[in-house]
Amino acid sequence: MAGSKEIRAKIKSVENTRKITRAMEMVAASKMRKAQERMRAARPYAEKIRQVAAHLAHANPEYKHPLLAKREDVKNVAVIVVTSDKGLCGGLNTNILRLVVNRMKEWEGEGKGISVCPIGNKGFGFMGRIGAEIKSHLVGLGDTPHVDKLIGAVKIMLDAYAAGEIDAIYLSYNGFINTMRQEPRMEQILPLSEEQLGEPSAPGHWDYIYEPDAKEVVDELLVRYIESLVYQAVTENMASEQSARMVAMKAASDNAKTVISDLKLVYNKARQAAITKEISEIVGGAAAV
Amino acid sequence: MVMSVHVDVVSAEESIFSGLAEMIAVPGELGELGIYPSHAPLLTRIKPGSVRIKVPNQSEEELIYVSGGILEVQPNVVTVLADTAIRGADLDEARAEEAKRAAEEAMKDKTADIDYAQAQAELAEAIAQLRAIQKLRKQAGH
Repeated sequence: MAGSKEIRAKIKSVENTRKITRAMEMVAASKMRKAQERMRAARPYAEKIRQVAAHLAHANPEYKHPLLAKREDVKNVAVIVVTSDKGLCGGLNTNILRLVVNRMKEWEGEGKGISVCPIGNKGFGFMGRIGAEIKSHLVGLGDTPHVDKLIGAVKIMLDAYAAGEIDAIYLSYNGFINTMRQEPRMEQILPLSEEQLGEPSAPGHWDYIYEPDAKEVVDELLVRYIESLVYQAVTENMASEQSARMVAMKAASDNAKTVISDLKLVYNKARQAAITKEISEIVGGAAAV
Repeated sequence: MVMSVHVDVVSAEESIFSGLAEMIAVPGELGELGIYPSHAPLLTRIKPGSVRIKVPNQSEEELIYVSGGILEVQPNVVTVLADTAIRGADLDEARAEEAKRAAEEAMKDKTADIDYAQAQAELAEAIAQLRAIQKLRKQAGH
């Protein structure tokens, strides 16, 4: 009965793997629900800020805030790349990084300077490996991201933009469409365009009373707007990550199941062959007597 | 009927309050603001403190603590964009410094990443091997 012991051990090991992938699938499913809730909870804030910002852009056509002003000559671009901290989530990070690298190649061809701000371990490791200029980064966000962790990394990018080191900032993340589908996206967040802000909620010519003064309030508001965009990207990416992981782990569990049944077949065949051999030996022995 | 105004208190992470109110008191940067329905449009920063909302048909006021943020007032809508973190120019600067330092360190200390990349490459190879073995076994078996 050659190899039957090895096959048994192999079955056992695949079964153990399956247990792990099953557990990970269920954990991802429960985390996905929470991540989706967080993603939805972040929307009202972003929507409100967008409305106010849209109004500001509309109400003061003569005063152009630096963050709203279009720059004629774009020499340096920066990308904020949102990836996951952990792997085992299918092609999620590969897809987003491929998109970013393709765009980076284009920019390089146009002779633009490129810097990156990776958020999440995977993107950070990748950008380090390809030798991109990392302006700031953020890793280890955990399952519940908080805005205050993002502030530092985003501020570096905004400061660089204000100082003229960067002329455009892009934000790249995995958009959550549904559990089965995630879509890598890249959006320009700076300079803010009026199309992006959309129409203000209350049309007509009117303006706010600003306290203490317009510039300070608008400054703070726009910074928060950018932060909320990045935060939203992070929450959306996290929901995508969990659902991608769930799907990947489900596929892994199913694969493990087929492997187990294949191995069981091989094992039973070997066992059957051994029994048949034994019987024929006995019969042969009896005939000889 | 008492006049009321729609009030939204939202932070980047969640919606905290949404509903009608007769009056809302907010700690504005230049002093406490009491806002009644049909207030003129106003945009101001708010200080850390509590927001009080007088809800119709409810004797007790809703109390919400905010650690700062921005208040937007329109005649029929009041929005409090609350911060989730304590903010301040110095604090933000400190956070940026911290992030910058971490980025610089990471650029210097590349060995860790290479090891990681190597480990990943090895893992990919191992997976490919396993797959090949599985295929061979399938062909040879049965």
